[in-house]
Amino acid sequence: MVEVRRNILKENDLRARHLRERFHAAGTRVISLVSGPGSGKTTLLERLLTDLRREYRVAALVGDLATENDARRLVRSGAPVKQITTGTVCHLDASMVEKSLADWNMQELQFLFIENVGNLVCPSSFDLGEELRLVLVSTTEGEDKPLKYPTIFNTADVAVVTKLDLAEATGFDFETLAKNISGVRPGMRILKVSSRTGEGIEELERFLVARQSDFKVPLFSKAERSGAPK
Amino acid sequence: MHELSIALNIVDGVLEELERQGSGQVETVHVRVGRLSGVDKDALAFSYEVACEGTALEKSRLIIEDVDVAIFCPICGGERPTREFPFLTCAECGASAERIVHGKELEITAMEMVT
Repeated sequence: MVEVRRNILKENDLRARHLRERFHAAGTRVISLVSGPGSGKTTLLERLLTDLRREYRVAALVGDLATENDARRLVRSGAPVKQITTGTVCHLDASMVEKSLADWNMQELQFLFIENVGNLVCPSSFDLGEELRLVLVSTTEGEDKPLKYPTIFNTADVAVVTKLDLAEATGFDFETLAKNISGVRPGMRILKVSSRTGEGIEELERFLVARQSDFKVPLFSKAERSGAPK
Repeated sequence: MHELSIALNIVDGVLEELERQGSGQVETVHVRVGRLSGVDKDALAFSYEVACEGTALEKSRLIIEDVDVAIFCPICGGERPTREFPFLTCAECGASAERIVHGKELEITAMEMVT
């Protein structure tokens, strides 16, 4: 028996670490969005890009298995957008991010958003080098999503409840969702938005531009995003 | 299903280790998979066979060891199991976890060679 002790995702973790160092050196704040399909990642991002572009240099990468539909939508914001089509792969990984950034000058960017493939399972294992990971849950989904997909919640930093304007129509119970989120991820910050009416958007944007030390949830560090040992 | 990506990473990792060892044929690969790693055991076992095809690991076996969730409890001041999956509450006092100590593992621990 030969002892090995090696992290299975060692290569991805190394790439992600390099990316993080690169983003840090360039002064680019990198924020990723994860959620199930149809939770409103693209709609929210369209709004964030449009608003933040007035004061900051922002760009976005958007992952999907196929089509460039999302990139086409996001381009309307006026920000540089690049689509990553993964083919059959159900998540983004650090090498895909690295490749698609090859011809972008990071020094010119203050914010980079990365929209992951719509999937509540697979993206959780792959560190992308981001500074902040937002997990979106819409009011049209069940309040028990955190219990069914705990891993995506404890690899994310902040939960964003979307489609607030539909909460009444769907009988959405915020208290139950909040209880479930803090059950699987104690201390996780929860923000509420409606990309359609604009409710909560300003607060989210203030939060995103705040200093890093203000929004970091100290409980679960980046180092814990993927398994030990390093 | 991202287990195929995980399996391909296991194969690459083992092949790299094998190269470091010099030579030999691998019979069994041991991995540890935490309950909070987001990886499904059955899907991984299936994907491993696919990932091994055409490599030096073709006939090897994958042994998957589950790792239960353990947290650091700020009230008890130590590592504790959790009360009920997937809640991160201390099994002994019911307090919320300060951090996850075990359960996110995704690691290759050992390989057995054909003798």
